[in-house]
Amino acid sequence: MSLCTELVLDITYHQVKAPLFLVAQDLTLFCICVNVQSQPASLAAEDISTNSNGPKQDSLFDDDPEDLFAEATEEVSLDSPERDVLLSDGPSPAITPITPPTSVITPRIGHTHDDMFTHSSFDEIEEEEGGDSFDIHISVSDPEKVGEYMTSMSLFKRSEFAVKRRFSDFLGLHSKLASKYLHIGYIVPPAPEKSIVGMTKVKVGKEDQSSNEFVEKRRSALERYLMRTVKHPILLKDPDVLQFLESSELPRAVSTQALSSAGLLRMVNKAADAVNKMTIKMNESDAWFEEKQQHFENLDVQLRKLHTSVESLVCHRKELSVNTAQFAKSAAMLGNSEDHTALSRALSQLAEVEEKIDQLHQDQANADFYLFSELLGDYVRLLTAVKGVFDHRMKTWQKWQDSQMLLQKKREAEAKLQFTNKPDKLQQAKDEIKELEGKVQQGERDFEQISKTIRKEVSRFEKERVKDFKTIIIKYLESLVQTQQQLIKYWEAFLPEAKAIS
Amino acid sequence: QRKESLRSVSVDLNHDASLLIDIPDALCERDKVKFTVHTKTTLSSFQKPDFSVPRQHEDFIWLHDTLVETEDYAGLIIPPAPPKPDFDSPREKMHKLGEGEATMTKEEYTKMKQELEAEYLAVFKKTVQVHEIFLQRLSSHPVLSKDRNFQIFLEYDQDLSVRRKNAKEMFGGFFKNMVKSADEVLISGVKEVDDFFEQEKTFLLDYYSKIKDSTAKAEKMTRAHKNIADDYIHISATLNSLAADDMTANKKNLEKLSDLFEKFRKVEGRVASDQDLKLTELLRYYMRDIQAAKDLLYRRARALADYENSNKALDKARLKSKDIPQAEEHQRQCLQKFDKLSESGKKELTSFKGRRVVAFRKNFIEMAELEIKHAKNSVTLLQGCIELLKSN
Repeated sequence: MSLCTELVLDITYHQVKAPLFLVAQDLTLFCICVNVQSQPASLAAEDISTNSNGPKQDSLFDDDPEDLFAEATEEVSLDSPERDVLLSDGPSPAITPITPPTSVITPRIGHTHDDMFTHSSFDEIEEEEGGDSFDIHISVSDPEKVGEYMTSMSLFKRSEFAVKRRFSDFLGLHSKLASKYLHIGYIVPPAPEKSIVGMTKVKVGKEDQSSNEFVEKRRSALERYLMRTVKHPILLKDPDVLQFLESSELPRAVSTQALSSAGLLRMVNKAADAVNKMTIKMNESDAWFEEKQQHFENLDVQLRKLHTSVESLVCHRKELSVNTAQFAKSAAMLGNSEDHTALSRALSQLAEVEEKIDQLHQDQANADFYLFSELLGDYVRLLTAVKGVFDHRMKTWQKWQDSQMLLQKKREAEAKLQFTNKPDKLQQAKDEIKELEGKVQQGERDFEQISKTIRKEVSRFEKERVKDFKTIIIKYLESLVQTQQQLIKYWEAFLPEAKAIS
Repeated sequence: QRKESLRSVSVDLNHDASLLIDIPDALCERDKVKFTVHTKTTLSSFQKPDFSVPRQHEDFIWLHDTLVETEDYAGLIIPPAPPKPDFDSPREKMHKLGEGEATMTKEEYTKMKQELEAEYLAVFKKTVQVHEIFLQRLSSHPVLSKDRNFQIFLEYDQDLSVRRKNAKEMFGGFFKNMVKSADEVLISGVKEVDDFFEQEKTFLLDYYSKIKDSTAKAEKMTRAHKNIADDYIHISATLNSLAADDMTANKKNLEKLSDLFEKFRKVEGRVASDQDLKLTELLRYYMRDIQAAKDLLYRRARALADYENSNKALDKARLKSKDIPQAEEHQRQCLQKFDKLSESGKKELTSFKGRRVVAFRKNFIEMAELEIKHAKNSVTLLQGCIELLKSN
């Protein structure tokens, strides 16, 4: 029976304050509240296709995460993805520094942000502590009522529950998903970036505006991240995801695994570079892939540009708000100084109007940021994951080719051995050949599989992207409409005051 | 239409048909602006009924300064001199734009350049207006309109720069410097006998500093608005590029969105420039006018000081029984001058307040009406786009 489910995520934040020196303590918890309603399943669903593929996909996960980097260059060390990140990101995370968090620390950030501070070994603090406490309310429901009633999500054990999660738990979830799915072609949404500076302020208990803003930014980013993850039909059914959503006690993310998505992405990028260095000249039999890669390349450039412009807009809008507030104060003082009674009153009214307008600009700046700017930021990060899967496909192809080449060599060697009188060696050669033939077949299957997966993923991604953009842009435009309508109200209220001057 | 609204900064000007002045055009050569001052008159004191002369900014300053330094006008508020034409801001922006040309698409660059040209034009229009208003304030003043130098300014068809130099040598800018440095101290120091002037003094000193602050803050507000309009240009251009690359049904949506931001930014630009004209320019003009009123107070305070000194001199003369008639005459003259100043000053300050209130009212009403108009326009644009997006 096909299921059409709609997951609605709602993350709220509550902070647990702790004394300054208890830096290592877990201060943040996210609470997930899942509400599963019994409603009839819809027959015409969008994201169903993967159900039937489910079991078949699962078999792939039983393999070790392939070390696709086995053949790669010197730069990347090859044992496991997790270790790779460790090596590339600095010292062992087992360190729990006691120094107060006011020391200058590097945020472990990815490509989208500027590195403002020098690196130090204290960037593990964030991981250990986790961050802030968040309550996540997820409601799952089937939006369309058709026919009989049935329990919607057989995936969930209960219909309504709540869990608490740390920021590091989210990162841990992402790293698990990335290690399981990225290399076989699934576009795993990246988790939000860590920010030591922002986090430090919150820990110190600073109640100022910037730390509140930071918390809200993070809360919002986590909500979007989780939403995107559970919208993915394969990821939703992953046991780690389900455990994340459901289990009351999540095993504390082991430091080695609680890694930033940025770290993982950096790893992907590094591997990509390694790949490029090897100059994989892939015989692209399928122009579709080349086309799509070019398309995503162009899209990336444009989205980054747009993101920059919108960030500038946010900045200027905030400036306008500040300037308007300052003018309002100045106009009020001018009104007090004015000795003509009616004009004095009008000036005071003008000051009041401008004060209200300042608030409008502030709200609009928030909409500019949370709707428009973050949307673009999210997609710039998502595109990195997309590019990553294309690179993995290339590596898969390379692996297959390498196996083939090796097989060829072994066959030639075997042919030569035919003429010598070394039955043991010959047998060994034959055995090796058999093994390699298996590998080649597997390599080909892997390549075909990842190609197929990517096609599906890209199609899903593009549909999602268009829908996402449209929904959010409409919301954003509506925020602009609201601002303008409020402006009309305020100025229409002021007009009679101006006319009353005599 | 635009010219009319700009002129509303000061009101009741140029209604007397016996002397009508305007600046129909101006030329910008390098850094110098050449204004064409056109006069239409029925007065016999002028040689021709309709004539034009070219004038530079410095000529206006010369005229203003000679009026300030004329004793007979001590009891009048001399209209503030127009500020020097200042194209620094758009010029600097144009320079920056040229540097950043490589980072934007051709279309984006063209749009930004158009915006800057419009800004340049706006500065130009503003400076023409402010010079025109100066002359119109003079022509509508019962006393100042008859000034000999004013007539020379309007009529003399040769270069005024020779005359300007002579005047400077004569006065050496002495009086003006004195006024500038001493006025605050003298005005506040002198014991005031008249309630009216006492109130005016308190009011003007305080009001000046407040309105100066408001002008600066209003200007910052306008600038932020302009920056937002510029951001919309970039956003529109990038959306256009995205649309060009898009081969799906989404292409139309992106095009609509790009088009929306292009139109929207024009509205925002107009919001910024209207606010500039109705609010910032209004405040700036009256800030300068209040300075002129303060100058009047200063001159009166000086006259009062002179009178008090002449009293002291008379007492001294009486004590010494020497030169009493001269001292008496001097004292009488000082008193006469002071009374004349006070009488004229009272009239001027009262009508000034009236002018100010009327101008503020007019501009506030126009500003509110324009804000409403632009906001309604924006709502229509935005809702239109939302409808189109939803229907796709």
